[in-house]
Amino acid sequence: MAADKVDPIHQFQIHPIIPIHIGGYDLSFTNSALFMLATVAVASAFLYLSTSGRSLIPGRLQSVSEMAYEFVGNMLRDAAGTQGMKFFPLVFSLFMFVLVANLLGLFPYFFTVTSHIIVTFGLAALVIGTVIVYGFMKHGLGFLKLFVPKGVPIVMMLLVVPIEVISFVSRPVSLSVRLFANMLAGHITLKVFSGFVVSLSALGTLGIAGSVLPLAMAVALTALELLVALLQAYVFAVLTCMYLNDALHPSH
Amino acid sequence: MFVTSAFAQESAPAATEGDTHAATGVPAEAHGTFPPFNPATYPSQLVWLAITFGLFYLFLKRVVMPRVGGIIDVRNDRITQDLDHAARLKGEADAAVAAYEQELAEAKGKANAIGQQANDAAKAEAEAARKTIEAALDQKLGEAEARISSIKANAMKEVGTIAEDTASAIVEALVGGKASKAEIAAAVKSVAG
Repeated sequence: MAADKVDPIHQFQIHPIIPIHIGGYDLSFTNSALFMLATVAVASAFLYLSTSGRSLIPGRLQSVSEMAYEFVGNMLRDAAGTQGMKFFPLVFSLFMFVLVANLLGLFPYFFTVTSHIIVTFGLAALVIGTVIVYGFMKHGLGFLKLFVPKGVPIVMMLLVVPIEVISFVSRPVSLSVRLFANMLAGHITLKVFSGFVVSLSALGTLGIAGSVLPLAMAVALTALELLVALLQAYVFAVLTCMYLNDALHPSH
Repeated sequence: MFVTSAFAQESAPAATEGDTHAATGVPAEAHGTFPPFNPATYPSQLVWLAITFGLFYLFLKRVVMPRVGGIIDVRNDRITQDLDHAARLKGEADAAVAAYEQELAEAKGKANAIGQQANDAAKAEAEAARKTIEAALDQKLGEAEARISSIKANAMKEVGTIAEDTASAIVEALVGGKASKAEIAAAVKSVAG
């Protein structure tokens, strides 16, 4: 029982809430789906309700929504130029989704959507898919210039082109693994230190006194995780902007 | 240390267990599979991610972003408008100040002119008054001089008669005869001459 409580992996388990099976696939509404829905609901409700006043002079909540909007907008404009603004809804929803999912995951007993590689990979694949589809749509085969840097000697091309291809292919992997690994590692560490508090307290007076240390550590880690949650949402959005810039301007 | 050992223990049977779960269509529960690497949960997560994120994307694109963008645009317009308004008001204030200063300068000029005019008029009047007074005085002086000279002349005339009378009286007293008037007059005349 005690071992079950400190099991740091338990928080990542997925269990169906409403089982749905279609065509041999298990598409059950799980706790993961529930928290995706919660993420979307919280983010949408916040953005919608905070701006419902449409005040000329914004209140606190409206300021937060406007700041997020302008923050992502400026980020995208800086990275991909004015042309990139057609991807603003995509980048803004990615940023808000990842941010709110990360933040919701920090609540005890809450499931962290972004701690599953398939979710982060799905989002990364959406980004890279958009880059590839839009790149070929806009530039045709000219999009392949992305892999051929200008001003490099022909002989060097043999070396540079494969490197460029590999770096492009590894993008969705690095984009998804970065977010996934950060959230996973953070939550495991948090759980382990919180577990120490529980198991030490069970040892009696001395244990309770000693459990202050891991408790302090857990508090500090929570602050760190808050930072990581914000930072990873930012990193995800920034990299998305940079990859979209490649779709718009493939030649280096 | 704890994490890695747990992961090592649990990831070993992951492949087989994951396969069985995928086959039976039941997502893995706490059976030792490391949950993020359990492919049985992937279809469900991807489908629900697509549904929820798709809805989120549409909601943001259709509702939230036009609204926030609108709020910010309206505010920027309003700020520009207010700045324009302020600039216009400042221009008007500057113009009013300039007009006021011009009017003030004009008024000053006018006042000076009026003062100068009044001064000149007063001077001219004083001069005229002085001249009339001087003329009157000259006239009076002339009249007085004329009167003096006439009086003097009269007096001189009478002096002749007095001298004649005195002379005839003296002659009468001394000589005892009467001297003729003409003789005496001639003698007086020659003396006075």
